[in-house]
Formats: sequence, structure tokens, C-alpha cells
Amino acid sequence: MNLIACHECDLVNRIPPLPRRAAARCVRCGGLLLRSKPDSVDRTIALTLAGIVLFLVACSFPFLSMENAGIVQETALFTGIYNLYKQKMVPLATLVLITCVLVPLFQMLCLLYIMIPLKRNRPARHTAPVFRVYLHMQPWGLMEVYLIGILVALVKLGKMATIVPGLSVIAFGLLVFVLAGAYSSLDPHLVWERLEKKP
Amino acid sequence: MSAKQLGLVGCHECRLLSRQRRPESGQEAYCPRCGATLHLRKPNSIKRTWALLIAAFIFYIPANVLPITITTSLGSTQSDTIMSGVIYFLLHGSPEIALVIFTASIFIPICKLVVMAYLLVSVQLKSSWRPHDRTQLYRIVEGIGRWSMVDIYVVTILVALVKLGVFADIEAGPAALYFASVVVISMFAAQSFDPRLIWDAMEENHE
Repeated sequence: MNLIACHECDLVNRIPPLPRRAAARCVRCGGLLLRSKPDSVDRTIALTLAGIVLFLVACSFPFLSMENAGIVQETALFTGIYNLYKQKMVPLATLVLITCVLVPLFQMLCLLYIMIPLKRNRPARHTAPVFRVYLHMQPWGLMEVYLIGILVALVKLGKMATIVPGLSVIAFGLLVFVLAGAYSSLDPHLVWERLEKKP
Repeated sequence: MSAKQLGLVGCHECRLLSRQRRPESGQEAYCPRCGATLHLRKPNSIKRTWALLIAAFIFYIPANVLPITITTSLGSTQSDTIMSGVIYFLLHGSPEIALVIFTASIFIPICKLVVMAYLLVSVQLKSSWRPHDRTQLYRIVEGIGRWSMVDIYVVTILVALVKLGVFADIEAGPAALYFASVVVISMFAAQSFDPRLIWDAMEENHE
């Protein structure tokens, strides 16, 4: 039996050991308390490694190219950020850089730092603060929103010129799904429990 | 029974329940498992959320009035606000894109501000009206806020693709900065609100 206070209404719930793929919800407000995730550590590591590879591809190949009257213009993932910076929109450029590049990258590195030693049953040093930083960054990774932004921009420019998606855009799109998978296979409760056993 | 009534405090970060220290001890308490500072409720939740909401509302006005993109094409300059962008898509045969931008950039931000203000007032009046639905409302508002950022990313991509020399030049306008502030500040506002306050009023009314 596990006692957990609901983080949305503070009711103390008693939770029996969960079967595979089950979720426990608060009896009063319905907030999610716990979800059992099979092979959480292995899946998280695998998806995060895939994410790192996709991230490197997304950073190093052409992002979108625009063809108009025989002139082809190629851009990279960072072109927009750099142009905003040149237009004296420094806070905006920084915001896009943080939410779409730095937070996802840093989150992946945090996960690898925590999960690989955890798999070998030897939690890394400072796992607790690193994991807390990871959890705090979660709302600020906005790659999936950027993906929708790409679609909107394509429709907007599609009538004026031909837009050719590059390898980087495809990697970026896949990365969004891989990161979502890594996040949903991560079981925070498991991380904290492992830490409790090995202080 | 809530953890507060049992004299327990649940950690915000790792959810471990630990015994609450007596308030007169004055020092901050830390979670024995993850080391986060323990709070019975998020600190100054109501004041902080109000302050952020008001700030977001103030920025919402220039965000909608000032131009978000400035397009220079063959010597003529055109400024577009968020709303004029929506109208452009509506008139040029992309109603679905018009709907996406209208929802993400105009409807969601203002909805979020109104709902958060309502939740704050209801908590301050110690309302016991449908706590379940109010909690659900909070969950929705907290979840959809991030999607408002889509317009900022559209501007980023336009700025990258459309450069001087080809046929037009697009620059980000001042509204982009205000609009990004609205989104970021209201995300912080949603995070600083504590939904447990909704349920605290219920328990007080029962006693």
C-alpha cells in the first residue's frame, strides 16, 4: 500500500500495487496519481538515444528551402532565430532558442544522465536535483507547437513560392513524436523510489 | 481526509508525504527524498497569480493593436496585426488556417485570462460550487496555454524564409514581443495557481 496526496486537491489516497498498464486516479477530483509503465527505464533510454540522433540531424541539414523564379533559398533550423536576432528582437530570438532547441536538448541529456546509471542500479550523483530540473523544464519544451507553426507558415507561403521541406524538418517532426514517447514512458515515481532505496 | 487535515505535507516535486513541521519553527522544510522545499500550498498563490494575470492582460492590448509582421515588397510596406492575418487567411481561401490562428492567438489567451480570474475569485469567495468542474477547468487552461505560442513560431519561420532580394522582406513587428510576453506570463500564472485551494474551501465549509 502506498499513500499519495493528490497534487490537485490534497486528498490522501491509498494505492494498492498497480497491475501492468493501469492508472490510479484520485477518488475525489479524478487527478492522475500514478500510472504503471512497463519497461520504463529501457524504453526511456532507447527513445532518448533516438532523440539525440534526430536532434543532430535536425541541426545539421537544410530545414526548409524556398524556390521562386529560379532562385532557391535554403534555411537551417537556426536561420529564423538568427534573423530575429539581427532585427534587434533579441528576447524573441532567445525565447525561440530556449523553447525549441535548448530545453529539448537539455531534457534529453538529463534523462540519459539519470536513466543509464539507474538501469545499472547505481543512481548517479545528484540524480534528485537533476531530475527536479528536468521536471521543471517540462512545460517549456514547445517543439510540437513549432511543428504546427511550420505547417501554418507553409500554407501562408505556399501560394507565393514552392517550399521544399529538407531532411532537417523531417527529423524535427520525428523528434517531436520520439520525445513525446520518451516522456510518456518515463515513470517519475519509479525514479524517486529507486533513489529512496539507495540514498 | 486531505493531507493538510492529517498534518502531512505532500512534496510538490516527488509527491512523498512527510509530517508537517509546526509553523512556529520558522525555518524552511525540505523533502527528505528529493530535497525540494516543502510547502503546504504553493506560496502566495493567489497574490502571485493575480499579479501575473494583470500583467498578461496589459500586454494583451499592444499585442493585438500593434503590427506582428512588417512586410516590405517592391518598396511598399505593409503592417499586419494578428487579427488582420486571420482576415487575410479567411479571404484567401484558407479558413482552416484562419481558425488555427484565431484560436491560438486570440481566443485561447483571452479565455485563459478570464478563466484564471474566475478561478481566483471563486477561491477568494470560498465558493463550494462544483469543485470538480473547476478543477477540470484549471487542467484544461493549464494544458492549452502552450499552443498560443504558434504565432510566434510562424513569424520565426517567415522571417527565416522571406529575405531581402528575392521578392519581399518580412520583419517581426513589436506586437510579437508583447504577444510572446502574454503567453509566457500566463503560463507562469497557471503554474503559480494552486488547485488545492479550490478544495480547501470545501473542507472548511464542511466543518
